[in-house]
Amino acid sequence: MTAPAKKPRARATPVAPPARPATWDVDALIDNEATRIIVCCGSGGVGKTTTAAALGLRAAERGRRVCVMTIDPARRLAQSMGLTELDNEPRPVSGVQGDGELSAMMLDMKRTFDEMVEGHADADRAEQILSNPFYQALSSSFAGTQEYMAMEKLGRLRATADSEGTWDLIIVDTPPSRSALDFLDAPARMGSFLDGRFIRLLTAPARSAGKGFGRLVSTGFGMFTSVLTKVIGGQVLRDLQAFVGAFEALFGGFRERAEATYSLLQEEGTSFVVVAVPERDALREASYFVERLKADQMPLAGLVLNRVQATGAPMLSEEQALAGAERLDEAEEGELTSSLLHLHAQRMATLSRQHHLADRFSGAHPGVAVAEVPAFAGDVHDLEGLRQVGRFLAGELSR
Amino acid sequence: MARDDIRLHVVSGKGGTGKTTVAAALALALATGGRRTLLVEVEGRQGIAQLFDVPPLPYSERKVAVAPGGGDVYALAIDAEEAMLDYLDMFYSLRRAGSALRRMGAIEFATTIAPGLRDVLLTGKFCEAVKRQEDGEFVYDAVIVDAPPTGRVTRFLNVNREVADIAKVGPIRSQADSVMRVINSPHTAVHLVTLLEEMPVQETIDGVEALHNNGLPSGQIIVNMLRTPLLDDDELAAASNDTLDRDTITADLKAAGVIGRRGATTAALVEALVDEARDHAERVELERQERDRLDRLGLPIVSLPLVEGGIDLSALYDLASQLREQGLR
Repeated sequence: MTAPAKKPRARATPVAPPARPATWDVDALIDNEATRIIVCCGSGGVGKTTTAAALGLRAAERGRRVCVMTIDPARRLAQSMGLTELDNEPRPVSGVQGDGELSAMMLDMKRTFDEMVEGHADADRAEQILSNPFYQALSSSFAGTQEYMAMEKLGRLRATADSEGTWDLIIVDTPPSRSALDFLDAPARMGSFLDGRFIRLLTAPARSAGKGFGRLVSTGFGMFTSVLTKVIGGQVLRDLQAFVGAFEALFGGFRERAEATYSLLQEEGTSFVVVAVPERDALREASYFVERLKADQMPLAGLVLNRVQATGAPMLSEEQALAGAERLDEAEEGELTSSLLHLHAQRMATLSRQHHLADRFSGAHPGVAVAEVPAFAGDVHDLEGLRQVGRFLAGELSR
Repeated sequence: MARDDIRLHVVSGKGGTGKTTVAAALALALATGGRRTLLVEVEGRQGIAQLFDVPPLPYSERKVAVAPGGGDVYALAIDAEEAMLDYLDMFYSLRRAGSALRRMGAIEFATTIAPGLRDVLLTGKFCEAVKRQEDGEFVYDAVIVDAPPTGRVTRFLNVNREVADIAKVGPIRSQADSVMRVINSPHTAVHLVTLLEEMPVQETIDGVEALHNNGLPSGQIIVNMLRTPLLDDDELAAASNDTLDRDTITADLKAAGVIGRRGATTAALVEALVDEARDHAERVELERQERDRLDRLGLPIVSLPLVEGGIDLSALYDLASQLREQGLR
């Protein structure tokens, strides 16, 4: 049922358009021992996971000891790295050449959250929290939980790396969010949510829940509780207050962790790689992200542009190809060649549209270095495929 | 069942497959010939406004397009917080209290954490539009929802089961039950948009299974951004076996006047064209395999072409008419 595991090919050379930014020395980034964390971000479906995995493999094969954390890898890409189960711990990847090491893991959001609770609370309280229906909802569906947990896990991997010397480079993929910015915003949102007035209101008068409110309680709170009871029901409110009561003691610890991890992202050893494809929406997201990184003084290493159309015949323009095809069609001969010219014309059209979009991005962000990876016919799902992507990233191929 | 009977069309698909475009084209197709449809957005991206080239949609139903042969497409971007206030107002006349709650962060709380409440509000809002009547007639002939992506759509539509675990009785529960009656009715279909690529197809297959396991009604598979095949089967085989006749191609190119100015590049040009043909053949082969996997689902499949240069209004109308030709009307 599956496609043949062919190596991705790209024999052809992308055309170098005028005034492109300096190409990006990816090897300098991954070889530099001062680089400790690389975060791959971008909107959904642009190849973040593949980029993270390819960077990780290349770094490992150039001698680094690397841990790659993926969020939601395609099944066969995960298998190619030996990731058959989601166990939330890095596992060594076999088949890596050279002296370095590569470990890979898939993030288990709920497990990460559970471990965080267990690490902050005594056994009884942890049990109480883990079994509460509101916790279960929070840990699996709260908007931003995945981003927050990715950040939490990154903090923990880094702590392990520092204390046990297991890895000297951690590469993280970010969740397939609606917006690439969600990853950066999640910790602050989670923090302000847990610190919010509403949570405090809920925790303070837990005793009065479900009783005859309105009599001895303040009018403000009375109205508040009565609305809540009407809307969500008394039982729900009691469950909620029980949860918040048990959780309250942990808030401070969570917030500190979130802040610590966030500041890890601003350290010198951290680099961001923004991933995009040459399409309008993806590049718009990439632009937002680049601006945000600048505003937050987070170090941007460069832009990876995946699925760039390539051609071995840049000397034949779309118009020339179509004119040639038309002459063949009129003469009613060379049917195959006419089709080939049409194919080429399509490719040139795509290519020039992509260049236009990429140029517009570079015009708006002249300082951002770009590494291009061509469009492959099939998906990447083996180490050799990742190696190939790595060669394109580093500029060994295609130029 | 005749398409006429479907009143709620939920359009989902993996990110990047063009589900917003397909939902918009479907809203146009279904409005054609004097009918009225409502196109709903639930993820706050303002993708509909961009497609129809109108200012960002407010939280109210706005006419965004006129369909061929008369017929109106209305659009609505549902905001969970606004829907919550609406809900408080509608059921409890509590809009003022609602504003106070909003200031305290309670509305944000309720719409982000309270399990599924956000989805109850979103689904509740468009299900209300499905049921809405004036003078004994439905206000909208069809409601089309640009839904969350395939990985989340089952949970989104099935939210009442989660709600039921927590709210056994009470107004939230009855609201959720009423929404599920609409979603589970035979007048609802969930369409999945895909490309003929490995990951979107896998997500579609997983998505169909999840829909079935949860008793949700699957509708059409919509294969989007399909390229017109330019080579026939023999040519594709020759391209992938590298047996295309280079001499003939060289001669044809000369006859067509494509070569001659820069003789040195002739051989390189022929090689490049042969390479591109092989690439194309490989892609076509992969697309066929993916199409086979989709066919095995046994669901109706419609196809939409790749629109070179991005979607504009006229492309949208064109896609709508192609949907109609394939029976989505």
